[in-house]
Amino acid sequence: MTRLTSDYALEVVNLKKAFGGLTVTHNISLAIKPGERRLIIGPNGAGKTTLFNQISGDLRPSAGAIRLFGTDVTFFTPYRRAHFGLSRTYQIITLFSGDTLEHNVTLGLLGLRPSRWQMWRPLSHYTDLATEARRTLDTVGLLHLAERPVSDIAYGEKRRVELAMALAQRPRVLLLDEPLAGLSNTERAQVKSLIASIPRETTVIMIEHDMDTALELAETVTLLNYGRVIVDGERDAVIADERTREVYLGA
Amino acid sequence: MKWIAAAPLAALLVLLPSFAGDFYINLASQILIAAIFALSLNLLVGYGGMTSLGHASYLGVAAYISALLTSRYGFGHGLAAIISIGGTAAMAAFFGVIALRATGLGFLMITLALSQVLWGLAYRMSGVTNGDNGIAGLTRPMPFGLSLDSAASFYWFALIVTALAFFMMAIFVSSAFGSSLKGVRDQPRRMAALGFNPWMIRWITFIYAGFWGGVSGLLYVYYNKYIHPTSLSTTSSAEALLGVIAGGSGTLGGPVVGAALVLLLKNYASAYIERWNMLLGLVFLFIVLVMPTGIVPGLNKLATALRGGSR
Repeated sequence: MTRLTSDYALEVVNLKKAFGGLTVTHNISLAIKPGERRLIIGPNGAGKTTLFNQISGDLRPSAGAIRLFGTDVTFFTPYRRAHFGLSRTYQIITLFSGDTLEHNVTLGLLGLRPSRWQMWRPLSHYTDLATEARRTLDTVGLLHLAERPVSDIAYGEKRRVELAMALAQRPRVLLLDEPLAGLSNTERAQVKSLIASIPRETTVIMIEHDMDTALELAETVTLLNYGRVIVDGERDAVIADERTREVYLGA
Repeated sequence: MKWIAAAPLAALLVLLPSFAGDFYINLASQILIAAIFALSLNLLVGYGGMTSLGHASYLGVAAYISALLTSRYGFGHGLAAIISIGGTAAMAAFFGVIALRATGLGFLMITLALSQVLWGLAYRMSGVTNGDNGIAGLTRPMPFGLSLDSAASFYWFALIVTALAFFMMAIFVSSAFGSSLKGVRDQPRRMAALGFNPWMIRWITFIYAGFWGGVSGLLYVYYNKYIHPTSLSTTSSAEALLGVIAGGSGTLGGPVVGAALVLLLKNYASAYIERWNMLLGLVFLFIVLVMPTGIVPGLNKLATALRGGSR
């Protein structure tokens, strides 16, 4: 593994993904700097989640390359990318519904630690993991529900558990796939301030349809349509762009 | 609280030979052996979400290796036991690589196919395995010079091994690794995104289950002093799987209860009814209809409901 220094946290180079004859991402290229807050927008079917799935390793691209901090991770398995500092949340909530909130976040912590292979010691003996998990739950305002199973809590709270699991890993690059989807106005405000409070060591790339909230969080914006990058750049420039209006924001 | 409730049960188990006759002691020994076997299968089925229909391979192969080494090649029991467990674990490592290329039904079919190959070999390679006649005239080991030939002494031996197996598997499933395993069962994609290697977790579990399957195979051959290809058959795999599911997969007590139920039905019902398999089928049908998650979770639920009702 050659580790190059790079100016970019994440580089996507001519990424192409085709399912049979249907090409979902056409030569997408992105370059995102460390600490940047990037919003990815586009109409339904623009290829946003497919792009995320390729960055996280769930899907293997048909062509092109993905680099994290200068290292080519195109052929890394998802778990190797996680150890490389990449973390993500899902558009469709993907939690361990029978387990407690604390256990869910603990799994997030465990995933990056060698102790995940430990077979002779009950997990409950790792008080440091439990403390850390509770601390993370506290930052997302769910400490009072730590002992409850995920199946018992409300949808908006589950969204925050998704976020807590990813944040517990202290990722270098965090992919958020529609973190505000399906939330009430109050919950939106909560999650928004939560995302705003993510430290600058973490580069945040977010797919989101709620433009009012998302644009406040973003510094740079990429507009995708039919699997292509249409506009890419500083937030205000992208919003002002004629093509953004045409494709996405409407007249 | 749980441990206090377990104390009388433990006492009952230890003291069983002092009040029960040889028939019941032997029956209890068989239940212990079946319990270890079911517990090991449950690691795959219940905690790993890998439904195997070929787990008898590990019991049978461990039993055959030990039988051949001690009866034909003059090995001592200690060395034979180490080789047979090691060999079984190695076979599990190899079979795991093949079977874990698939999940769900594909996994089930591969485990079934692999066990059928072994069963066929045991039948046909009569030069080695003595085919349908099986290998008879085996002996039991003498740990620390103690004879295990009486029903009671063998029972205690089996009880010690079972207690150890239960304890080890209980720690396994409650450990960090066990949590990873359950996570991979429930959300493999999420687990990979969190940094876990799902394939490796499943493979290690597959080997560990094979290891304990091998331990139960050793006890099985010590108990029977005889081994026959039926121990490798799909029927023995399926019986254990039924026990795990009926008792409650993914719980520690479930497989033990299920294994006991299968053995008791087999022993009692077969004395009165010729077609005892039919009765077994009906009992399972009843369990699945009344307690779909198994006896142990079903009774727990019932107890909680009753406690809630009396409040």
